[in-house]
Amino acid sequence: MMRLPKFEYRVPREISEAVKMMADAGPDGMFVAGGTDLYPNMKRRQQTPKTVISVTRLQEMRAIRGDAETGIVIGPSISLTDICNHPVINRDYPVVAEAARLISTPLLRNMGTIGGNLLLDTRCNYYDQNYEWRKGINFCMKKDGDICWVAPSSPKCWAVQSADLVPVMVALGARVKLVSTLGERMVTAEGLYNDDGINYLHKRPDELLTEIHLPPRNGMKAVYKKLRRRGAFDFPVLGVAATLDRAEDGTVRDARLILGGVAPAPIRVKEAEGILVGHKLDQERMAAAAEACYLKARPLDNTDFLMNWRKQMARPFVLRALEELR
Amino acid sequence: MIKIKPMAEDKKQKAHIRFVLNGETVEVAFAPHKTLLEVLREDLNLTGTKHGCELGECGTCAVLVDGLPILSCLALGLDMEGREVTTIEGMAEGGCLHPLQVTFADLGAAQCGYCSPGFLLTAKELLERNPAPTRDEIREALSGNLCRCTGYIKIYEAVELAAARMRGEEAEPAREIIHGYE
Ligand SMILES: Cc1cc2nc3c(=O)[nH]c(=O)nc-3n(C[C@H](O)[C@H](O)[C@H](O)COP(=O)(O)OP(=O)(O)OC[C@H]3O[C@@H](n4cnc5c(N)ncnc54)[C@H](O)[C@@H]3O)c2cc1C
Ligand code: SF4
Ligand code: FES
Ligand code: FES
Repeated sequence: MMRLPKFEYRVPREISEAVKMMADAGPDGMFVAGGTDLYPNMKRRQQTPKTVISVTRLQEMRAIRGDAETGIVIGPSISLTDICNHPVINRDYPVVAEAARLISTPLLRNMGTIGGNLLLDTRCNYYDQNYEWRKGINFCMKKDGDICWVAPSSPKCWAVQSADLVPVMVALGARVKLVSTLGERMVTAEGLYNDDGINYLHKRPDELLTEIHLPPRNGMKAVYKKLRRRGAFDFPVLGVAATLDRAEDGTVRDARLILGGVAPAPIRVKEAEGILVGHKLDQERMAAAAEACYLKARPLDNTDFLMNWRKQMARPFVLRALEELR
Repeated sequence: MIKIKPMAEDKKQKAHIRFVLNGETVEVAFAPHKTLLEVLREDLNLTGTKHGCELGECGTCAVLVDGLPILSCLALGLDMEGREVTTIEGMAEGGCLHPLQVTFADLGAAQCGYCSPGFLLTAKELLERNPAPTRDEIREALSGNLCRCTGYIKIYEAVELAAARMRGEEAEPAREIIHGYE
């Protein structure tokens, strides 16, 4: 048996109680939602909180309100299955349901939450291993060691942003609410992620994610394309989220192209967006945008598949995404 | 692995919860950081629920909690307080096998059988939600359960046959399913 290490488990009923518990727990405390990321990590001793505070019984974090006109607010403790099946999400923000459906497996989606997905730990073949395995290579910088096995001369960790909803939320222009005993603040999804495999969030560990806000849709269209080995289970080794807003005559008013799974943070390719905005979507523009994304993708050799191939796949995946939006 | 500890210390460290297991209320005491899988197998001696990867990557540990299939290796025992849990031991009713158990046995959908408890419970929930699933819907619903023996086809066929029988049809397996193609 791969057992969890010992920890104290707390189940608050209100947000104020939850953040107070976290303040009391200090740096050894962690929040847990579905546990589908945290518990495997704890079993492998990658994360070893002494106090685990569950957010699943916080009723305030389990509702969805609003629609395409007003924008919506999604409670982070909602399961991925409920996101996939939610009528308002399917009608007004179908890309969110589509991307959620591509996450892992039905069994995991019954447990995992949308909030946990947005805050998923970064992943790496040298890190997502059990304690003995990691000890065998004398650990790595992300946990217990001091070298990066992927890029040994690198001062930073390149563990990969691997959550499917992350590029989607950045593309949609989502914002999230973070709450702690010190107060609350709103952060853009784009500003939430940090290009460092260890400190991958611009969020303090004591801050609780309590709301996910999506702006009004205003005719914007969005898609998400995922590359992985199997049709279930596997994390993305490349994810492309694209949004497009076009005038009556087809001129692109606004575009966003976000790459996931190829760096420690989602990559917004502004060069590609610039190529599209102000023009009609023709084959040439789309190919140029895909090329710009290819240049920006910088996968390393720490996930499934060859890194060069993952980089090359950015081109056809961006093209496919744009063609679908056309 | 059995650890022997003095009684007093053991008591202090244990959590007590009450939940409904296979239709009956049970009370159980266990070390608070145990997963539902460990509680079922080690503290309730129900070893029908299997342990595979223990990391969410295989589905053999699936059980139903409040009717939904989840992975018992990633659920805490403590979270079961007040819930309803169904394991493979609770699938037959009054000595009568569930139609899925019958077709799994008859059609060779269980070979080594290690994956069967997880598949059966996951399929049970599918058929309750969708009595006439298409092959693709079955494939999708069972995509979180790995089987290293059957190649899945026999499992899909068994679910289809059980579904037909549960809809009240007098379904028999096609000849090829039992005897193979000539
Ligand atoms: C086999 C397997 C396959 C998977 N495949 C995929 C995949 O294809 N795509 C994908 O995107 N993911 C995948 N996952 C990862 C994971 O299951 C999902 O990302 C899931 O959505 C995580 O949600 P959770 O609620 O279980 O997270 P948890 O494990 O509960 O939490 C994840 C992290 O977020 C923190 N956290 C959670 N909620 C809050 C909150 N409200 N405020 C502050 N911090 C919080 C936790 O402390 C933890 O660090 C997979 C996991 C497994 C085990
Ligand atoms: S990228 Fe390097 S430091 Fe980061 S987890 Fe992988 S091996 Fe460790
Ligand atoms: S043992 Fe739970 S998913 Fe493999
Ligand atoms: S019958 Fe052996 S793993 Fe499925």
